[in-house]
Amino acid sequence: MSPRPLLIRGGRVVDPSQGIDAVLDVLVMEGKVALLGAGLDLPPEGRVLDARGMVVTPGLIDLHVHLREPGQEHKETIATGARAAAAGGFTAVCAMPNTDPPVDDPAAVGFVVAAGRRAGAARVYPVAALSVGLKGEALTEFGELVEAGAVAVTDDGRPVMDSGLMRLALEYAQAFGIPVADHPEDLTLSRDGSMNEGVVAARLGLRGKPNAAEEIHILRDLLLAELTGGRIHIQHVSTRLGVEAIRLAKARGVRVTAEATPHHLLLTDEAVDGYRTEAKMNPPLRSAQDRDAVREGLADGTLDVVATDHAPHHYDEKEAAFDDAPNGIVGLETALGLVYGHLVRGGVFDLPTMVERMSCAPARAFKLPGGTLRPGSVADVTVFDPEGVWICDPDRFLSKSRNTPFRGWRLQGKPRYTVVGGEVVWEASKGGGEGSVEKD
Amino acid sequence: MRAAERVRLLDRPAVERALARMARELVEKNGGTENLVLMGIHRRGVQLAALLREEIRKAEGVEVPLGSLDITFYRDDLMTIGPRPVVGESEVPPGGIDGKAVVIVDDVLHTGRTARAAMNELMDWGRPARILLCVLVDRGGREIPIQPDVVGKVQEDLPDAHVEVAVPDLDGELGAYLLRNPEKAP
Amino acid sequence: MTGGTSILGKDLVGLEPLSAAQIRTVLDTAEHFKDVSERRIKKLPILRGKTIVNLFFEPSTRTRVSFEFAQKRLSADTVNVAAGTSSVVKGETLVDTARNLEAMSIDMVVIRHPASGAAQFLGERISSNVINAGDGRHEHPTQGLLDLLTLRDHFRRIEGLKVCIVGDVLHSRVARSNLWGLTKLGAEVAFCGPRTLMPPRMEELGVTYFPRVEEALEWADAVNVLRLQLERMQGGYIPSLREYNRFWGITRARLEAAPRPVLVLHPGPMNRGVEIDSDVADGPQQVILKQVANGVAVRMAVLYLLAGGQPERARIVKEVVEA
Repeated sequence: MSPRPLLIRGGRVVDPSQGIDAVLDVLVMEGKVALLGAGLDLPPEGRVLDARGMVVTPGLIDLHVHLREPGQEHKETIATGARAAAAGGFTAVCAMPNTDPPVDDPAAVGFVVAAGRRAGAARVYPVAALSVGLKGEALTEFGELVEAGAVAVTDDGRPVMDSGLMRLALEYAQAFGIPVADHPEDLTLSRDGSMNEGVVAARLGLRGKPNAAEEIHILRDLLLAELTGGRIHIQHVSTRLGVEAIRLAKARGVRVTAEATPHHLLLTDEAVDGYRTEAKMNPPLRSAQDRDAVREGLADGTLDVVATDHAPHHYDEKEAAFDDAPNGIVGLETALGLVYGHLVRGGVFDLPTMVERMSCAPARAFKLPGGTLRPGSVADVTVFDPEGVWICDPDRFLSKSRNTPFRGWRLQGKPRYTVVGGEVVWEASKGGGEGSVEKD
Repeated sequence: MRAAERVRLLDRPAVERALARMARELVEKNGGTENLVLMGIHRRGVQLAALLREEIRKAEGVEVPLGSLDITFYRDDLMTIGPRPVVGESEVPPGGIDGKAVVIVDDVLHTGRTARAAMNELMDWGRPARILLCVLVDRGGREIPIQPDVVGKVQEDLPDAHVEVAVPDLDGELGAYLLRNPEKAP
Repeated sequence: MTGGTSILGKDLVGLEPLSAAQIRTVLDTAEHFKDVSERRIKKLPILRGKTIVNLFFEPSTRTRVSFEFAQKRLSADTVNVAAGTSSVVKGETLVDTARNLEAMSIDMVVIRHPASGAAQFLGERISSNVINAGDGRHEHPTQGLLDLLTLRDHFRRIEGLKVCIVGDVLHSRVARSNLWGLTKLGAEVAFCGPRTLMPPRMEELGVTYFPRVEEALEWADAVNVLRLQLERMQGGYIPSLREYNRFWGITRARLEAAPRPVLVLHPGPMNRGVEIDSDVADGPQQVILKQVANGVAVRMAVLYLLAGGQPERARIVKEVVEA
């Protein structure tokens, strides 16, 4: 049963994949983009989405989320995560494999795919474990995982400490056309660190993780990608030297893509002051110099994509002494309001660049459908209100978790409609979540 | 805001006469100066105790030991008024207070709580043979059963009033004043 | 009930948030408590009827006994709770402990905990006054205060003093409390020890670093010698205790080589023959037992000041109670 035709009428269509930035109508038929143009007619049985004053983009894609299912459903489930994503304007998310048990075999991949379909919200693509049991010892069956629906492999949550294993992964993955994603961290350097190594850590008496712990693995991964010709995807880059290394590697022709998270773009380790566990994540919030370098890297394309590293935790897990609290923050329902409201409106980069980093580039990096409104492509569309302003209130999140350092922040760029495969899976007026808080 | 009305109760000569008489009475009550120890309560009691000692010296030719008490740590109202950041020093004279006739000297006797606190502190320092209470002004208004042994001036029935004693080292003069509407006073 | 704001605020979490004036007030107040031990009855009625829980998630006989003496000399009712760290999940226990204390209307809590920030965490969740008796690597404010008092007793001043903290600064809450207290009162602070035991970026904290102890002793008026935990060797921070003593130990020969007499402090308990040699620990230049005595006085002062009621009521009450 194909959905009703949709006419998204009168919005500012921003689609860097076609070089489009103009007020146009978008006609969606049978789950695909049918036509872009001015003054398009509504087909019979069709529904009009009034997008006047809105921005219409190819659906936003988040390459890095933790949906906690199976195993930690008290934090998030695939269904709640997919709905939170849709409420945040995302049409697709890539779920990390560090669940319990980890997603390291085809059955587990199939489970994530099926649960994602059932959710009927944002698309959920599994990223499978790189090593069996995330133990960093033996490769998983990449081929079978890809057949089951995996779009990449990673041991995220943990780094691949064994450089030899990373080399094998980069070589073996080439047969299946998937990138190898890595959480870059030398655990022997970060030791028992719980925040950035710096003067704030020295004052608070917390052990720090030095930038070098991350940079050593970024450099290693780049060297191995160059050595093997494989595709490396560097997750959540947080340091200046990390950005510079990736810039150099790209100039040398290394096949690398890299992520920046909203929190590393907007916060520094000062946010930890007072032992704020909601500012505890890995990699940790760094210095202002690092934050500025990550911004610059994202603006100039050294860093390809914005990824949230959405990492939900139950409230009482964060209600602990800093060392004892788990890493991570939720990000799906704040990402657009932060990136548009603070970086685009703040003049760090323009709107087409944002769409490129949050939709087109993610689609290309993991070879996902979407990332474009070219006629014939899948009709994953995000419509948001560029003047829509709201105050971040985690109690209104559709995610099961509330752990965010952005409580009380002013967000701008409010999701209005999230369209997946031609169906409106979320809309501001009735969907719940933050976008439903009408302040305008 | 109205200025507080300030009425002189005792001028300098009156205080001096009172102190001379109080000194005689103390010596008389003690049957001499032997074992007599003066302990002034911070801050004006300490000054008055020194003046009393001078009067005793003039009359008897003897310097009696002099000490001081800061009763801050013995107050019963810590939780309502909060701690005082500046605490005076309690000083026991060289001969100690065990077996002595200790005279607690203060400027004004009102509720009796300060005298109670001073006695408690004295007991923690040692075991006096006898404790006497000596004040320049007794303004009545007792809340606990404590009476002075030697008094300079009695001025009772003073609701809404405050008695202030001025001593040379702290106030540049010697005298006692009555302040009305003290709550309105700065 | 407590809950009013004292001169120090509700809690004493560290010396970093305090002003120089607040620190001086504690030291001045502690002076008055020193003479209580000279009295026939070594007890003041200040905290009569108050309940205090000493909540120790880490063993520490010395600090706990010192707090207990201070509390008993102020007539408080105290309960000691020693929570084993091995049998419980630390974080969960802390939250539940806070809720239990809140339910029991405890007036004050003295907490020692292995996690940095634990005292602040507790203070933010209960209305009782919280005193930090050491949290992880963060602060140990009463130790910092007693070190300040001991230095002030000896030199009659803090301002302009050169104090070097020697040893495992990285893991030391004593070092941090000393640093803030000393710098706020105008002293110069240096650290000395192997770089593996120094906090990264320490220069940004305003300290001088001496890699070798001879240089530190040449510079300093006083050294505060930190205890070297034996597990540091297992952690690989130093190759051996023997070598540590050889290069960073405070020995009589090193003290004698210094251009002027250097005062030696140690927060205890000492590892004789490791960070400090016995003839220094028992020698003429140390004030280690004075630190212990001052510890009780400083803790009495902190308890007294934190117990303060509501200052906004002070003026009215003063009119009623004779001053």
